[in-house]
Amino acid sequence: MNIHIPTPLRAYTEKQPTVSVPGNTIAEALAALVAAYPALQQHLFTAEGNLRSFVNVYLNDEDVRWLPQKEATTVNPGDELSIIPSIAGGAAPRRPANAPAPPVRTHP
Amino acid sequence: MPKAMDPPIFPSLSNEEIARYSRHLILPEVGMEGQKKLKAARVLCVGTGGLGAPLALYLAAAGVGTLGLVDFDVVEESNLQRQVIHSHATVGKLKVDSAEQMLQGLNKHIHIVKHNTMLTSANALEIFKGYDVIADGTDNFQTRYLVNDACVLTGKPNAYGSIFRFEGQASVFATEQGPCYRCLYPAPPPPGLVPSCAEGGVLGILPGLVGVIQATEVIKLILGIGEPLIGRLLLVDALGMNFRTLRLRKNPDCPICGTRQIKELIDYDQFCGVPKPTSAGPLEVNSNGSLEGNAYASFADAPIVDGIPQISVEQLKARMDAGYSPFLLDVRERHEYAIVDLGALLIPVGELHRNLHNINVPKDAEIVVHCKSGIRSQHAALLLKEQGFTNVSNLAGGIIAWAERIDPKLPKY
Repeated sequence: MNIHIPTPLRAYTEKQPTVSVPGNTIAEALAALVAAYPALQQHLFTAEGNLRSFVNVYLNDEDVRWLPQKEATTVNPGDELSIIPSIAGGAAPRRPANAPAPPVRTHP
Repeated sequence: MPKAMDPPIFPSLSNEEIARYSRHLILPEVGMEGQKKLKAARVLCVGTGGLGAPLALYLAAAGVGTLGLVDFDVVEESNLQRQVIHSHATVGKLKVDSAEQMLQGLNKHIHIVKHNTMLTSANALEIFKGYDVIADGTDNFQTRYLVNDACVLTGKPNAYGSIFRFEGQASVFATEQGPCYRCLYPAPPPPGLVPSCAEGGVLGILPGLVGVIQATEVIKLILGIGEPLIGRLLLVDALGMNFRTLRLRKNPDCPICGTRQIKELIDYDQFCGVPKPTSAGPLEVNSNGSLEGNAYASFADAPIVDGIPQISVEQLKARMDAGYSPFLLDVRERHEYAIVDLGALLIPVGELHRNLHNINVPKDAEIVVHCKSGIRSQHAALLLKEQGFTNVSNLAGGIIAWAERIDPKLPKY
């Protein structure tokens, strides 16, 4: 099945907008994606292996969170998965324009 | 069909206004009544940047009677690539003043309310109270969640738009029946994981597209026509020129619009895990905060973030001048390297794990990683540390800080 990769994550899929992976379920397809591009792991999954809460995965046009079987839902080769991360861009940065760069932020 | 904004008394239109709005007046879906609704409407644009610029321009042109503008920033040269509400003539001016000038030039019949402030938990509810619709065109997750929560708490619909590089999202959140932003994304990404437009770039036209979609939604909400993007997320892909909508559902467990356990605004910097913004006013320059360079000191005294020393550009310069240059690694993209570089080895952050063999120094060699502003390079430094490099530092502020404080001849982008 095809997985659509959003722009912010294409840096980790060798710039490919769509990746074709094997898998009988959503979870298997995502696992195959991460196996092919290990750098995606930390962007898609928490240390416990759950999908991160700011990354939504859609099976065709439905949010996987609202499917009865969630990631265990079986998929057909013609189905498409889309990764929809939260993006925040829109205006100028929050700091005053002439202030120095913000301190580097901590993250896991 | 949504319920239209229903102000008690519609203002009348002057003959001059009737002439101005004639293309609306002959449209049955707007007509005289609709145009009066627009005149009576009060819309708040949060941000007058990439999204806020086209949004406010079209709302002003359409005759929205009261337009509030929230921004604390000043106009910069680099804004003009997309923020079409500002101009060369207003570079250096407050954005709210610059925007007002353009908007009143476009439509003298409307009233502009300037909020020259950073939207915060302390002022958001008070500011929102005076408006019917809020349009969120901000650039950071803290303000996204703040705007969402304040909209839910005050019962104001949020015409939402967001952009990154070539992609955009739009929706209408926080209506009575529809989902809110937290239903879509319960929690923000950790800082640094999703780059901002300042770090990741954005196609200048994209906020134009998305901002105009937001304006369309605002107008539809005011007039009560059409099908607003309630319960739908519009995805815009400017490169493929594809528009898709995905279904959004109201989350019954949403802490703000579902269970309503959140009853007041919270600390959104803390929620998003970022340092508090500076309290300095828009025209005040903050104290520089750079660390004094000492040519002979190691970087051991630099602040540490997740085990990575954060060295200042002054420290790096002092080390280089003293002939103790560390191995310098640039993890920006090739097109950024083409704009300006510090002579470092270039390996874009997304390719780093496959190209470690190109870092041709011993694992205990001193390595300094830099990017544009210090966020991607922190990621890269963590990756190098995981891969066994033991002496990796991050250049705080990146090549921009270098251009600002060490070599002002270098271009800034």
